[in-house]
Amino acid sequence: MTLKKIHDDQPKEFKFSSENFKKAEEILKRYPKENKKSAVMPFLYLAQKQNSNWIPLAAMKYIANFLSMPYISVYEVATFYTMYNLAPVGKHFVQVCTTTPCLIRGADKIVRLCKEKISPNENELSKEGSCSWMEVECLGACVNAPMIQINDNYYEDLDEKSTKEILESLINDKPLKPGSFRGRKNTAPEKKQIVNGEKHA
Amino acid sequence: MLKAENKIFKNLYNQLGWEIDHAIKRDDWKDTKNIISKGREWIINEVKTSELRGRGGAGFSTGLKWSFAPKEVGSRPHYLVINADESEPGTCKDRDILRFEPQKLIEGCLIAGYAVNAHICYIYIRGEYFNEGRRLQEAIDQAYEKNFLGKNACGSGWDFDIHIHYGAGAYICGEETALLESIEGNKGQPRLKPPFPALVGLYGCPTIVNNVETIAVVPTILRRGGKWFASIGKPKNTGTKIFCISGNVNSPCNVEEEMGIPLKELIDKHAGGVVGGWENLQAVIPGGSSMPLLPKKICDTITMDFDSLIENKSGLGTAGIVVINKDQDIIACMARIARFYKHESCGQCTPCREGAGWMWRILDRVVKRKATFSDIDLLSDVTKQIEGHTICAFGEGSAWPVQGLLRHFRKEIDSRCRDEPLIKKRTNNPYLVDQHLLENKNA
Repeated sequence: MTLKKIHDDQPKEFKFSSENFKKAEEILKRYPKENKKSAVMPFLYLAQKQNSNWIPLAAMKYIANFLSMPYISVYEVATFYTMYNLAPVGKHFVQVCTTTPCLIRGADKIVRLCKEKISPNENELSKEGSCSWMEVECLGACVNAPMIQINDNYYEDLDEKSTKEILESLINDKPLKPGSFRGRKNTAPEKKQIVNGEKHA
Repeated sequence: MLKAENKIFKNLYNQLGWEIDHAIKRDDWKDTKNIISKGREWIINEVKTSELRGRGGAGFSTGLKWSFAPKEVGSRPHYLVINADESEPGTCKDRDILRFEPQKLIEGCLIAGYAVNAHICYIYIRGEYFNEGRRLQEAIDQAYEKNFLGKNACGSGWDFDIHIHYGAGAYICGEETALLESIEGNKGQPRLKPPFPALVGLYGCPTIVNNVETIAVVPTILRRGGKWFASIGKPKNTGTKIFCISGNVNSPCNVEEEMGIPLKELIDKHAGGVVGGWENLQAVIPGGSSMPLLPKKICDTITMDFDSLIENKSGLGTAGIVVINKDQDIIACMARIARFYKHESCGQCTPCREGAGWMWRILDRVVKRKATFSDIDLLSDVTKQIEGHTICAFGEGSAWPVQGLLRHFRKEIDSRCRDEPLIKKRTNNPYLVDQHLLENKNA
């Protein structure tokens, strides 16, 4: 459960684009006819994608009508789950995992770099307006700690140098390729062992 | 140590290719039709013989769980739900199965679906695993192309469909009833049990909820026989398990090993040892963040299986091993876990919602050396007030790690505390609200 602030400046209207409308109808087929309500989570994702990664109140009303459910239930769902953004985020949305396994391997240094490079506070757009960052709970890639998620992609096995490169590439709007930044294959053990953890971030 | 031929997940690091053609070469989908034609009874009995215990954390017998589903389909359809909402700090095993061994999971879904009379299966993936979900969808599409799914799936005469449902970043949705609520389109808040999902689950219909790893090992068990699986590991703690070793080790990794392997061997052989040597070890969290930590003394001899960890007042959980060495501040590490639970509590039961915050704030004071000795007694009391007083196991999950810390590191905590100072020392502290207590007669 997180505290979320609704954005002050709300668009008046929202409608699925024709492409998303088709997708929405496909999604509805997955669930029993009398349980249309199940589609609310995928619909919120669709709305979020369509509206540059955040959900306005108008979209919640639109989805409530679409699924013939009370508006407040949609609002409940949208505020309960952390991945629905209720206010604008950067085009490159950086989420830094800071839970214990990442913390042990130096996630605090990545947070410090984000503060330096992007913005001093979480959920704040950077100067040129294309990036924002936030701390999140475990992202489920603990073996590749420390790691960050940028939009849908995981950037793993980071250290200070590679994080700096990644953040700079975002600011220049040419994001680097996701994956491991220590050249290892997925979650396999590395042959070249790190002595005394000097390679940590 | 596990022999190579006994490994179930041969493509854990994607060295062999995840596509269906490669998977078939690794014996996936071999004889599936035959297995299904042997009937429900045989499948469930074979899984019971294998003594497979659920890999999601609780360690409940899988065969037994399946046998709870009603034998005949009544007026309501049955559902199979796969729990891929892997969010426990320290755990990342399901991610590799979704990415690199999706066919094992899909085949397992078909067999399990047949065994519990379900025609529809929902796989609930956490929202952050967007790419993993896309990969799984590709794999499902490939299986449809080969007629392994859909009408008359795999020639078995059983119709079977799989749908993916994404979560959206709520840890609590890994709890099975919260997961069902989430699929139904509500907030993910757990339900009271009983009734158990096996009788009243998704949309009020009988539903079996299983972890990804549990389902993914089922096809191999049925092909090679329950006895083969039971011969690996220890009695009642059989088979192989994917361990995720993270934290202060030289080469953190996921590795499949047999149950009951000594923790020291696991860390030294596969993860390249503790950073700074075994002597530099401070503590290990053996099964994801919700299991109490073990100090070095116990780590020297402990074996990794459900029962021996319970004997040491911990648990295997999801087998996410977090190694913490002496360079780390153990209390800060546990305070961060307490903050995780404060953030993720769904807010339904008061003891958990409020208590999780209390635990974090007190531990945070200890880290900053601002706590008093009575704070620690309070902390211990709060953990007892949460444990057992909540609808779901989240309460235990948040209280146990703190209890473990108190049990094993009390000295460390006490060394950072100070006396109940203000009253005894009669300091004139302007921040103290109860200023009157400082006056002589009340002190």
